[in-house]
Amino acid sequence: MLGLHGIGYRYAGFARPVIFDIDLDIADGEIVGLVGANEAGKSTLCLVASGLAPGSIRGTLTGSLTIDGVAMAGKPLHEFSTRVGIGFQNPATQLSGVTGSVFEEVALGPMNLGLPARETVERTKAALAMLGIEDLAEREPRRLSGGQGQLVVIASLLAMRPGHLILDEPTAQLDPEGTRLVGEALRGLGASGTALLIAEHRTDLLDGLCSRIIVIDGGRIVQDGPAAATLEDRRLVDWGVDPPSRVRLATALTTQGIDARIALP
Amino acid sequence: MPATPSPYHRLNPLTKVVIATVGSIGAFALGGYAGPLAIIAVTLGLATVAGVVRRLTRASVLLSLPIVISVILVSVFTRAGTTVLFVIGPFDATLEGVDFAAQTVIRLFAISTSIGLFVLTTDPRALVLDLERRGVSPRFAFVAVATIEAVPTLVERAATIGESQRARGLDTEGSLRARLRGLLPIVGPVIITSLTDVEERSLALESRAFSRPGRRHLLWAMPDSAPERVLRWLLLAALVALIAARIAGV
Repeated sequence: MLGLHGIGYRYAGFARPVIFDIDLDIADGEIVGLVGANEAGKSTLCLVASGLAPGSIRGTLTGSLTIDGVAMAGKPLHEFSTRVGIGFQNPATQLSGVTGSVFEEVALGPMNLGLPARETVERTKAALAMLGIEDLAEREPRRLSGGQGQLVVIASLLAMRPGHLILDEPTAQLDPEGTRLVGEALRGLGASGTALLIAEHRTDLLDGLCSRIIVIDGGRIVQDGPAAATLEDRRLVDWGVDPPSRVRLATALTTQGIDARIALP
Repeated sequence: MPATPSPYHRLNPLTKVVIATVGSIGAFALGGYAGPLAIIAVTLGLATVAGVVRRLTRASVLLSLPIVISVILVSVFTRAGTTVLFVIGPFDATLEGVDFAAQTVIRLFAISTSIGLFVLTTDPRALVLDLERRGVSPRFAFVAVATIEAVPTLVERAATIGESQRARGLDTEGSLRARLRGLLPIVGPVIITSLTDVEERSLALESRAFSRPGRRHLLWAMPDSAPERVLRWLLLAALVALIAARIAGV
C-alpha cells in the first residue's frame, strides 16, 4: 500500500506549494490513472510519491508518505528504490548511457543494490521476460526505438522488484506503435499484480487499463473515482483533460441526437 | 563482456594501460633515436597483432601532425647550431635543429602510437569496470564511463540541431565569421538540452539505487592472468629503473 496523507510540496525557491492536501492510498495490485492539465501538479505528485522530492529535488514536504505501512520520511533514496519505482517521459534520458547492452542496462539497478551476480542475472531475465522483450537483451540501448526504450526503462525498474510503479507520462514521446507496445506491457503488469500509478495526458491509454482515475487541478485532487465513470464525467474538459476517444465519440453522437454510450471492448 | 577480436584486445585493460604508460613515458625518458624507434616498432607490432595497424598509423600521424609541424618550424629554424644547412630570410636551418626536431618528432610518434593502441583496443567500459573490481568507487566508474560515452551522443545531437537550424536558414557555411556566427545557435541548445538530460538521468538513476553506498557485484570481469600481472610489474619496474638511471645521469 502506497499512502500519501495531507501531502503538500513546495519547491525550493518558490513561494507557493505546487500540490496541497493530497490524500491518496493505492492498494497493492491497483492500477490508478492520474490526469490533469499541464502544471496541475501531476509530475510533482509522482516525484513526491517516489521519494525523489525532496530526496533529490530540494523543497519542503508536508504530510506523510507511507509505503507498506512504513513511514518513509528521512529514508535514503536507495530504500525507496526497492519499494517504489518511477519512470519518466523520455526513454533516452532514463537509460544510464554507460551500458553496452539492454541486459546490462536492466541489470544496473540490481547491481547497485549490491545483490550477488547470480540474483542480478535472475532478476534481469525475469524483468525482460515479464515485458516480453528477451529478444532485445543483446541490443545496444542507444539504438532502440522510443517504444522499445521505454519498455527497457520499465524492465529496469521492475528488476528492482518494487511493489509499486509510478510512470509519469510514459507514452508522451512515443509514436502510436511505441504507445501500443507500452500499453500492452502495462496491461500485462497490471494483470501480474504490480500496483501502478500512471500520470498521462492520453486518456485512451488509461481507459480500460485503470480501475480508478484521479483528477488533479491546481495542485489539489478534485475527483477520485472508478475509471469508467470519471472518464465520462462532463467536468473533465473543465479540468483541462481530454476525455478518451470513445467518450468523445459518444458525446458527438449525442449532440447529433443519437443516444450513444460506447462500452470498452 | 565486450567483444574481443584479437589476443591483444583480450589482454586485461590494466595491462594495456601499463603498456601505453611505459611506452609514452619510456619514449620521453629514453630520448635519442634507438629507444623511441624501438618503442614504435614494438607498438606497431602489437597493433599488427590487434589488426589495427593502419588505423593506428593514420590516427597517430593525424593527431601528432599539428604539433610536429610547429616542432619542426621552431626547432629547425630557431635552434642555435654551428652547421647551417640553408637560410630562409633571417632564419638559419641548422643541422643541430634538424637533429633535435627529428628526435622530438620520433618521441611524439612513439607517445601517440602507444596511447592510440590503447584507445583502439580497449572498451572504456571494460577498463572502468576493471578498475571498479580493483576497488575504485562505482561513482567514479560511472562518471568516467558516462563522460566517455557522452561524446558520441553530443556529436549526434549537435548534428541534429545543426540540421534543424540550417533548415530554418542558419548559415553555417562560407567565411570563418559566418561559421562562428552559426556556431552559437547550435552550441546553445546542445548545452541546454544536455543539462536537462543530466537532471532527468540523475533522477532515473536515483530510482535505481545509484546512491546506495557500498560495493557492487559486477556481472563480468576481464580476465587477468598471472603472466599478465608479472608483465605489468616488470614493465613498471623497468620504467622506474629507466627514470632513475636518467636522473642519475647514466
